[in-house]
Amino acid sequence: MWSLINVELYKIFRRPRTYIAFGAIAALIVVIQLGLKIDGNSYAAFLMKDINDTLTVDGKVLNGYLICYILLQLLLVHVPLLVALIAADMISGEANLGTLRLLFSTPYSRTHWVLAKFIAASVYTILLLIWLAFLALFVSMWVFGTDDLFLMKSNYVVLIQQNDVLWRYVGAFVFASFSLLTVTSLGFLMSSMANNSIGPIVGTMSAIVFFTILSTLNIPLFTVIKPYLFTTHMNNWKEFFDIKVNANNEAITGSVLNIPKIKTSLIVLSLHIILFVSASIIIIKKKDILS
Amino acid sequence: MSVIKVQHISKHFGSLKAVDDLSFEVQTGQVFGFLGQNGSGKSTTIRMLLSLIHPSSGSIEIFGQSIEKNRAAILEQVGAIIERPDLYPYLSAKEHLQLFAKVRKQKITANAIDETLVKVGLANRANDKVQTFSLGMKQRLGIAIALVHNPSLIILDEPTNGLDPQGIADIRELIKKLAKEEGKTVFVSSHLLSEIEQVANQILIIHQGKKMVEGVTKELLDPQKRIVQIKTMDDAGTLQVIVAGSFSNYLLPRKEGIFLKIPTYEIPLLNESLIKAGVSLLGIETKNSLEDYFLQITSNA
Repeated sequence: MWSLINVELYKIFRRPRTYIAFGAIAALIVVIQLGLKIDGNSYAAFLMKDINDTLTVDGKVLNGYLICYILLQLLLVHVPLLVALIAADMISGEANLGTLRLLFSTPYSRTHWVLAKFIAASVYTILLLIWLAFLALFVSMWVFGTDDLFLMKSNYVVLIQQNDVLWRYVGAFVFASFSLLTVTSLGFLMSSMANNSIGPIVGTMSAIVFFTILSTLNIPLFTVIKPYLFTTHMNNWKEFFDIKVNANNEAITGSVLNIPKIKTSLIVLSLHIILFVSASIIIIKKKDILS
Repeated sequence: MSVIKVQHISKHFGSLKAVDDLSFEVQTGQVFGFLGQNGSGKSTTIRMLLSLIHPSSGSIEIFGQSIEKNRAAILEQVGAIIERPDLYPYLSAKEHLQLFAKVRKQKITANAIDETLVKVGLANRANDKVQTFSLGMKQRLGIAIALVHNPSLIILDEPTNGLDPQGIADIRELIKKLAKEEGKTVFVSSHLLSEIEQVANQILIIHQGKKMVEGVTKELLDPQKRIVQIKTMDDAGTLQVIVAGSFSNYLLPRKEGIFLKIPTYEIPLLNESLIKAGVSLLGIETKNSLEDYFLQITSNA
């Protein structure tokens, strides 16, 4: 099995297309960081304008931690689309190229190949996330420095001490990996059903957009199914940045307000991954390889 | 001993019967020619042999084991190219062999990879990316992938497609060598009889998914059973000479021209009679009966 994963990883990282996503993420982050470096104070003033009369904030609001949070909010919506470019191509791309029949006429079973391909696509997804983390968090910390993390939520503000921030980002990135692996597995499922890459890539993106809309619509009919949609849970990495307070309304260091919500989301996302990958295996096992 | 034993396999795609109740056996060390025009069901059959397509009915045994139940063990000893030589354009020839060597359970050395490249004539292009290869070179690389793990059974689907005459001759020699010197069993398909008849010792012709004829090549290509086509400007005059010269017993009822099934030794006499009678001959073409049979199938389709 290891040799199959090795082969799949080799193929992924020898393809020029693989590096488009890494380049796109780097370009987006650098542009945003550059913009905030040049005109970040105006942005911070805009953020604070509603609370300036009631609250005085000392220190560096626009620090590396806040920049990372802003970047994650912006990018974790778009990264799934970049993940879909590779994941949705893993099987259908080979069918289109005609190489799938070469792989499936080797002594390894189709289940082995599908699992190896999924693991390789997952490695790619995780590496993309690590790259995002490196640029968004560590480069921002280096360029903007560090201080306490001050977040404006819809009807309250959160202040997290700087020594209490880094582990939350680790948690957020681990959570985000589950979200993106769900997208990977969805792309993979679409890929198992087609003989060209375009359909599965567009299909995966469309499914994400479609279910995201369902997740955000407050219509009673959809409220029933919302808890079961993966898109409802994908953005819950933000829960790591909601903190408990004590009776005096003081933040409790090291606490997370809603751990059960994070656990539920992780379970729902994991179940989706298992469901999508299992369905891919069943489809591929039954499929006649005609390409 | 049977290396391949196919019993009553059929494959339906909706209402289309791609393969219809096909049975045959391939013996150890044989070069088995699988002949049929494009779309006759050759590739579907080969895909079923390799477990890429599930048969609608029937059974396939390779090395005495069911392909359905012992797929992995069987495919470890099989090397194949299927239809077009589709490869990864961003990898080199050598990288392809290294990649496919990794998915074999036995250890394949760097030497074996180099030797395989030499065998198919790609040693000097080993490190070039496949996107720079011609169709013929891709075909050679496809054959190299099929051979790199030293399989006992080699399945080659249209292996000379896209090759130049020298390339075709090389592959023909390679197939003969694999069978004679290395004792491999080779299952080779083609839509060209001229390709198959030079390498195969057993031939099966498939048409519209059905077996039309099967036999030992030498017997099927018996030189004593020649079909002669007379091409002339004057069909009526030619027929008169044939009747007058007592060749009329050999005439075949064909609409598309004058055909005779005639012993080889009588062909010069016929030629002489036609010339003496002043018939304007365009040519006398001789074919063996198998070639004629195959052409009939092709032209009727």
